[in-house]
Amino acid sequence: MKNKISIKITTERLNMQVCYDLVNDDSSGGIALFVGTVRNITEGKTVNRLDFSSHESMAEKEIKKIALQTFKKYDIIKIAIHHALGELQIGDIPVIIAVSSAHRAAAFDACQYTIDTLKQTVPIWKKEHFDDGEVWVNAHP
Amino acid sequence: MKIRILFFGIAKDIVGHNNIIFDLDGIKTIGQFQVFLKEKYVDLKDINSFAFAVNEVYVTSDHQIKADDIIAVIPPVSGG
Repeated sequence: MKNKISIKITTERLNMQVCYDLVNDDSSGGIALFVGTVRNITEGKTVNRLDFSSHESMAEKEIKKIALQTFKKYDIIKIAIHHALGELQIGDIPVIIAVSSAHRAAAFDACQYTIDTLKQTVPIWKKEHFDDGEVWVNAHP
Repeated sequence: MKIRILFFGIAKDIVGHNNIIFDLDGIKTIGQFQVFLKEKYVDLKDINSFAFAVNEVYVTSDHQIKADDIIAVIPPVSGG
């Protein structure tokens, strides 16, 4: 399982080609990539930048759990889950999920499951910075 | 019982520190710890929607706290 799962939480810029290459495999018939990007508007307000922070050691464990669950649920070959931390500008990439599988449905489904679960369980937080202040996303019910 | 508490996200901003050692005498469960925190930091009023992790694993409010545990206060996450 070791070379089938790539997990990275980093302050460096994420790289789509790296994720693609990590999951590319002779036995794969398709690769699904989900690339998150920093949006310029939230609820009508202009976003200047985002700050991502994390409980890093726990986040790695939670991402690993997701990867293992994804292998159990879907017939996939390899998965890469990379998340950026630190300050990101509009258009930057906070997250990349790459999944390879023999047949496309599994790659699409696994990609969706992974990003949806990551957003629910992995201890990573983003703070949005506006002209008139800042907000921790999801912090208030 | 001295326990190290880690704060993240909005909890870190409210508390003003990313980790504090508290003397938790008389506090046995995460639920009781949650009440203690809410009384100590009134601005953590949304804490009912927070999660807690002990030694990097999510726990429920009936979880028993032990010496040398590290408790993380986890506000609603927003990665991705």
